Amino acid sequence: MATKIIVCVKQVLDPETPLSAFKIDRDAKKAVFPPGADPVINGFDEVAVEAALQIKESAGASITVLSMGKTFVPDVIRKPLAMGADELILLQDDAFETPDSYIVANILAAAIRKIGGFDLILCGRQASDWDNAQVPLGLAELMNLPCLSIAKKVDLVDGHVRVHRVTADGYEIAEAPLPAVVTVSNELGEPRTPTIKGIMAAAGAKPTVWGRDDLGVDVAGLARIEMADVFIPVRERRCEFIEGEDEADAGRKLALKLREAKII
Amino acid sequence: MADETGVLVVGEIREGQLDSTTRELLSIGRKLADGVAQPLAAVLLGVNLGDPSREAIAYGAGKVFLAEHSFLAEGHPEVTVLALEQVCRQVKPNIVLIARTEAGRELGPRLAFRLGVGLAQDAVALGVDENSKRLLITRPVYGGNAMAVVTLASAPQIATVRPKVFEAAGKDQTLQGEVVRIAAEIPDSLRKVRMVQRVVEQGAGIKLDGARVVVAGGRGLGGSEPFKELEELAQVLGGAVGASRPACDGGWIDHGRQVGLTGKIVTPDLYIAVGISGASQHMAGCSGAKLIVAINNDPEANIFKEARYGAIGDWRKILPAFTETVRELLT
Repeated sequence: MATKIIVCVKQVLDPETPLSAFKIDRDAKKAVFPPGADPVINGFDEVAVEAALQIKESAGASITVLSMGKTFVPDVIRKPLAMGADELILLQDDAFETPDSYIVANILAAAIRKIGGFDLILCGRQASDWDNAQVPLGLAELMNLPCLSIAKKVDLVDGHVRVHRVTADGYEIAEAPLPAVVTVSNELGEPRTPTIKGIMAAAGAKPTVWGRDDLGVDVAGLARIEMADVFIPVRERRCEFIEGEDEADAGRKLALKLREAKII
Repeated sequence: MADETGVLVVGEIREGQLDSTTRELLSIGRKLADGVAQPLAAVLLGVNLGDPSREAIAYGAGKVFLAEHSFLAEGHPEVTVLALEQVCRQVKPNIVLIARTEAGRELGPRLAFRLGVGLAQDAVALGVDENSKRLLITRPVYGGNAMAVVTLASAPQIATVRPKVFEAAGKDQTLQGEVVRIAAEIPDSLRKVRMVQRVVEQGAGIKLDGARVVVAGGRGLGGSEPFKELEELAQVLGGAVGASRPACDGGWIDHGRQVGLTGKIVTPDLYIAVGISGASQHMAGCSGAKLIVAINNDPEANIFKEARYGAIGDWRKILPAFTETVRELLT
């Protein structure tokens, strides 16, 4: 049977949103999307899609993309299909947008059990909204699967997944029997840009949509964290700008300033 | 949360000694324990734990739980979590603190899910709510653009703590404490991950970790060639070269040099940022520097909000003159 890969992706606020446009709604306790701004697929998740596509190309595999949220922007959430994934399953419910990793991992686990027959689950190492970096490890624990985190290279070898894990002073080669969970980091390389053909094909695809009743999960009973506050820290601007007759002179004066302040 | 009591610090051992992050946990752990009038304990998992357990007591742990097992020597979170879960079920702590190190950021979520409780990753501030006596955990979100304050409804309340944020505890050899051994059962069948090889990539130049001066470059440098100029300045100052993620993703310098939320966290005395806009994601890795100096052509760049001294303009013109003057001053 062909290898089946599930990639978990999340739609997030574009992390490149300029700080001047970044706003928090303190009552809703989350960021507000700037007017007219579209979300993006979480960057690390796109790299996870790329890792899946590389396996598909080298060894053959089918790729199911799984995403969970309250609302989806069709052109955004279809991007993994446009990149070359085969199937899209959306877990959509008003209660499915939450910063609580315990809820998210349990719902994803329920959906993955429903999908069944998978060999490898790929996730981005963390999402750029809540930066929890918990869900993939939680999935592995809930489903009793081995987990290899922060991979920059992912290969399937004889019923095992072999990865290069990023470490502080290099990398570690490790492997685990399939099925397994692997989290992917940006060191793997830039994800591919969808082709026009891919975009056209993705536009016609019909994603499967499951809600909480389809998954039989009690969302409220899974809550483990309470968000007391979300705020933008105030930073005092106290930078002293060093000016000179020209830029080179500013450079010289900057060095002299550091000496004067006994920093060098 | 009726039964659970005490603060439990999960220790890490490096070369036979307590890691500096464990000493940081013992210092903030002591404050929290005193705040809720509960004891502070540490747990050590591994082999040859005699010396580190004495150290943990000298750094403030009233009790040290030891889980010794040959399988724990490698420190793989998949195995460590099995022993740690058993310790938590036996000790029933109210609060568990884990350093958000390479191992800890994986160990934390695994432990929380095994115990069926909540966890907050990457705490940069920790307090206790006066009324509920619950842990108040402040953590950066949205790549550091915002902060969230989180509470956890179930016990133990688990937090992973960002390294180098809290002062390390001081050593007091006169402190007394109790050592309690806990037999951890680790079935061989649960060790699924196999480590094949560790590859150390020795980048040229001084290591980022522990460097007193870091000279870092970003997107504004535009390529790999300019990093030679940064290396020259780093050499003059006896410092290390760092980079922002866009520079690493662009292939201009290797990823081992990445400073930021998903790279390294550095706390040098002096951090010189060249062509770095200062996205929160990057600042998460360098805002612990004693002093930041920025060179950037955009006066509105975020880096100037955190820098003490700045020069606005083309780094190609500013940097050579700066390096030359520094060289003259230091020789």
